[in-house]
This record gives sequence, C-alpha cells and structure tokens, in this order.
Amino acid sequence: MKFRPPKQQCRSAVRSPAGVALILPAVILALSFTSPSAAQDNVSKEQADAKLRYCEVCHGVSAQGFHGYYPIPRLAGQPVEYLKNQLQAFVEHRRTSNIMFNVGHVLSPAMIDALTTDFNQLNPKPVGGAPKENIDEGKKIFENGIAAANVPPCASCHGPQAKGNGPFPRLAGQLYDYITNKLTNWDKERGQNPSQPDTSAVMQPIAHSLTEPQIKAVAAYLSYLE
Amino acid sequence: MRSLNSLQTDATTRARFVWLASRKLKNDGSRVGLAVLILTFVLVGAVSAQHRISLSGDLEGKIGYCKDCHGVSAQGFNGYYPIPRLAGQQPEYLQNQLRAFIEHRRTNNIMFNVAHSLSPAMLSALAAHFASLHPPPIGGAPRQLVATGRKIFEDGMPEVNIAACAACHGPDATGSGQIPRLAGQLYPYVIKTLNNWGKERGQNPTEPDTSAIMSPVAHSLNRSQIEAVAAFVSTLR
Amino acid sequence: MRNNGASLAILIMLCCALLAATAHAENLAIRNCTWCHGGSASGYPPAPALAGQRPQYVEKQLAYFHARTRDNPFARQYMWGAARNIDAQSARNLALYFASLPPRAANDGVPNLVGVGRTIYQEGMPDANIVACVVCHGPNAEGVRDIPRLGGLDYSYLKRRLEQWNQGYHAAAGPPMISIASKLSDDQAEALASYLSFVK
Repeated sequence: MKFRPPKQQCRSAVRSPAGVALILPAVILALSFTSPSAAQDNVSKEQADAKLRYCEVCHGVSAQGFHGYYPIPRLAGQPVEYLKNQLQAFVEHRRTSNIMFNVGHVLSPAMIDALTTDFNQLNPKPVGGAPKENIDEGKKIFENGIAAANVPPCASCHGPQAKGNGPFPRLAGQLYDYITNKLTNWDKERGQNPSQPDTSAVMQPIAHSLTEPQIKAVAAYLSYLE
Repeated sequence: MRSLNSLQTDATTRARFVWLASRKLKNDGSRVGLAVLILTFVLVGAVSAQHRISLSGDLEGKIGYCKDCHGVSAQGFNGYYPIPRLAGQQPEYLQNQLRAFIEHRRTNNIMFNVAHSLSPAMLSALAAHFASLHPPPIGGAPRQLVATGRKIFEDGMPEVNIAACAACHGPDATGSGQIPRLAGQLYPYVIKTLNNWGKERGQNPTEPDTSAIMSPVAHSLNRSQIEAVAAFVSTLR
Repeated sequence: MRNNGASLAILIMLCCALLAATAHAENLAIRNCTWCHGGSASGYPPAPALAGQRPQYVEKQLAYFHARTRDNPFARQYMWGAARNIDAQSARNLALYFASLPPRAANDGVPNLVGVGRTIYQEGMPDANIVACVVCHGPNAEGVRDIPRLGGLDYSYLKRRLEQWNQGYHAAAGPPMISIASKLSDDQAEALASYLSFVK
C-alpha cells in the first residue's frame, strides 16, 4: 500500500516560508531527472568496449569485414547516420536479417551512439581478395555510371572516393562478395515494408539495371579502395 | 604383419628379368639398339609404377591410421579423450589445424607426432579425403539441452554479447573455408574445445592465427551455454 | 504326530538350504571366477586380472562369452562354459564387483622392452601408422567406459590378445583393434605387453 503523508502536514509544509524555500531546489532537482530514459541511457566505456568486441567477432578485427558463412560487411569508416538507419531498419524488420534483428533490438540509443561513433573512426586496410581483371571497368562505372541503362555515377552519391556521407554508405574497402550479394538481392532483403518506404528505395532501380558482370566489376573496384 | 620389403623385391625381380632379356638380344648387333630402347622403357615403367603404387599405398595406409582413432568413417570416437569427427570437415580448416599442430600453435603432443612427418601433398590429400565422408553423427548428447543450444546457435545472445554461431559457421553448421564444420561434432569434444580454447589454440602470441576469432566467444559462454550449443550441433547431419 | 514333525523339520531344512543356496548364488558365481582369475581377481595365467577392470567392458565381454561371440580358443575352452548361466543382471553385478577391487600390476613383462613399449603406448609410431594407445586407453592405461584397462594385465595375456586378432578372431574386437594389431610387429607387441604389465 502506497504511503501517503497526512494531508494536513503537507499543506502546512507548503504554506510555510521554509517550505517554499525547500520546494524550489527540490523542483529544480526533480526537473533535472525528468528525462525518462536518462537513467538507463548512459553507457559506460566498459560496456561500449565489450559490445564493440562482440560486433567484431563477426565483423572482423577493426570491423574490416569477415568471410563467415555469409560475407559479413565492413563497418569501419561507415557514416554514423547510415549505420543508425540500418540498425533501425533491422529492428523494424524493414531490412530482413534474423541475426541483425537480434543484435539490434537490445541496443539502447546511447549504445547505438557509442558504437556508430567507434565504427566510424576505425580505418583498417581493406580485406581485399577480389578478382582483379575488371577493376578498370568497375572504376569507369563508379565514376561515369552507365548512361544507356540510366545508371547514374555511383560517385555522385557515395562520393568520389566512395567514402559515403550521411545516409549514403561508404563503399570503399567493402567486401567484394558482400557488395555483389547485396546488389543482386537488393529488394529481397531491403525495403521490406512497402507501407514504410525508406532510403533503400533509391538503390532499387540501380541494382536492377546493373548486369551481373557490371556488378562484379564495380564490386571488385570498390573492394580495393582505401 | 605386412612385409615392408615386398615392393622393393618386385622392382629388383623386374630389373633382373630385363637385364637377362637384354643379354639375349645383345649378341644380335642390329637389335642392340631396340633392346636398349625396350630396356629403358621397361625400367622407367617399373620405377614409376612402383612410385605410383607406393604413393597411393602411403595415402591409404595413412588414412587407415587416422581412422584407427577418428573412427572407421572418421565420424569421431569417444576414447579416453574425445576424438573429433573429421568427416565432412572443411579441407582448408583441416589443413590449417594440421599446420597449427606442426608449428605448435595448437598444442597436442599426439597430433604433433601424427602431423609433423606429413608432406604438404599428403596434408591436402588427407583433407580432401575426410571432407568427402558423410557418416551420420554419433550422437549421445543429452536431448533436453538441444532446444536451448539451437537458440544460441541461430540467434546468439546479444544481451550478453554472444554472437550467433550461424553467422560464421552457417545455418546448418557446415562451416566454410577456414571456418570449421560443427555439424555432427562430438558433444564432449565441443565442450572441451570451448572450455580450453586459450589453453590449446593460438599458443604463439607472435603469430596470431584464425583461432583468435573464437577467443572472445569461447570466453563469454558459460558452462551451461557451452553444453547446450555442443548438444545441438552434435545432432546436426 | 511324529511323522508330521519330521516332515516339517525336513521341509524347514529344505527351505533353509534353498534360501542359503539363493543367497550364495552370487557368491558362488564369484567363487567360481576366482578359481581361475585368482582370489583377489588379480589374474592367474591364462586367466587375466579382473580387479579394477572397467565394469562396462567386463559386462560386455560376459555377454559376448554368453552368446559365444568372442570365440578364440581360450574363450571356447574356459569362458563359454563359465558364462553359460550368467544373465545380464548377474553380469552387471559381477562387473561392478570386479571394478571395485584394487588392481595389482602383474610385473611380468620383459624389463628392457619397457622403454620402447612406453613410447609406443604414449606416442605411437606415426611413420609406421601405429596410433598412440593412450588416446583411447588413457594416460595410465586405465581405460574408460567399455574401453578396457590394460595397465597391470599380465604380459602373456596382452600379447596373446594381439596375436588372436591377427589370427582372425575378429568377432567382439573393439572397433580399431584389428587394424591396429595388423600393423604391430611381434617385437612391438612384446614391447607394449611388457610396458603395460608394469603399469599400476
């Protein structure tokens, strides 16, 4: 049973001058704690480091990416906004990945802030390993697009060095087979809620217009960029 | 018990026969050249045939030797120590482990003895052979742990920073490249391996290897989680 | 009246005898075993030591003897008869009993072969494709589950088992033993048997 102070005592406390003097600092103190998530939205350096190490188990040392059973993408150097968008997409099932849903839905906003900042600042060398024959063609596609197929130059959104910006992901140093996999399967995994279209819609027509050899060429080129 | 000299006897006999035959032909001058030619071919054939026989005989003998411990179809065996399944294992992983034993990056005195005299050709032939075997799992793990193990394997435990095994080992735990197959692996072997990760693997700090990837995972799992995930993978085909 | 009393007495005596017989049935079985296997089950050639043997192994071998699966000449001559009346439960009880007895090493191998035997046992001979026995039989040759203790068994018994597998008595052999025995030379078998006979 909740304790309630006797009404009379309360009223008399508020009315007295001493009571008013006490109320003000109490109110100020209370206000500083009104933000409901403030108490649980702090993340210690230890917790953030532990979570980062956990991510690196799959995403590789310094989040450079890793060839697991599935190609697991590089997160190093990714723009913060893009990473946050993707984590949210996983949690809201707009982007389907059971594993990343599980990973994402336990993250607090403060943890997401810490992680995305950490990832953004990492800068390992690319994992490499892609076939090198068609890198030149890949560079051409990246810089000039494919006019005949209405494919704009990738550089126009992803930046001349493919480092991305804001909602546009970094592609430089991304895993070759991750890029080919994503471009080939774009709408099987992304934009899964038709009533809630997201930034993935931008890439849809582009992914569709690229042929398989073009995808492989541009993926190979990007995978070696630092 | 097999005679180790049988192969050499065959070659000697063959060579003597050819020599006797060539002596007969020697007296007829116009046939000397032909005889020498035949002699050369026969000897070369004899030597290379012996070499082929002994190479495949070596491999067969070595495979049988591995199977004495690892099981008749390399399905694994619960000896005094649990001896792991090699059947269906990723060949790149097998070769990496054999090299790790040889270089003492993975400590196991028995496996060092086994592996250090194997030629590179033998290493890859063995790995390819074991990869091709597909016996059913031995089983025997406690059944009530399997459901929990499946959950850990497929989903991970993000609240405690345990990655989903499936992300790297595959949804059916068959592995890929340097990442080992876990499907059908022996229950006590998986437990022992995860419990002792840092004591056995990655033993050369100046030469870190692929075992480093599993180190944080092995450390984060507690005893009952290890048993659950071990039970689960041991049932997979 | 006296006839009835006498009959009653005889009846009681018969019942007692029957009870006693049943109570001692297992003791009888054990006494039978010790006639060949020794008073403390430490063995008496050709009968091997049973003291400290793995119970699952003993149970399994008794079943094999009972079913006449294990069929080498000594099994035929001695153990088929001995195991004829041992049912599964008795086999289990006997096995547990023998496992509880402290093992004693036979110490009757050839001393100067012990070093070689130890090397084969602990490390194997990889170049000859001979596995290290320790992997299955344990660091002190104590065995586990249905893999037998070899430590302390007598020299002639160990040697004879390896020979029997090479003579073709394959039924009831543990899975890799036929393959392993086929690779051991006589010298190596003698060295192993010598080493093991001294292991406590």
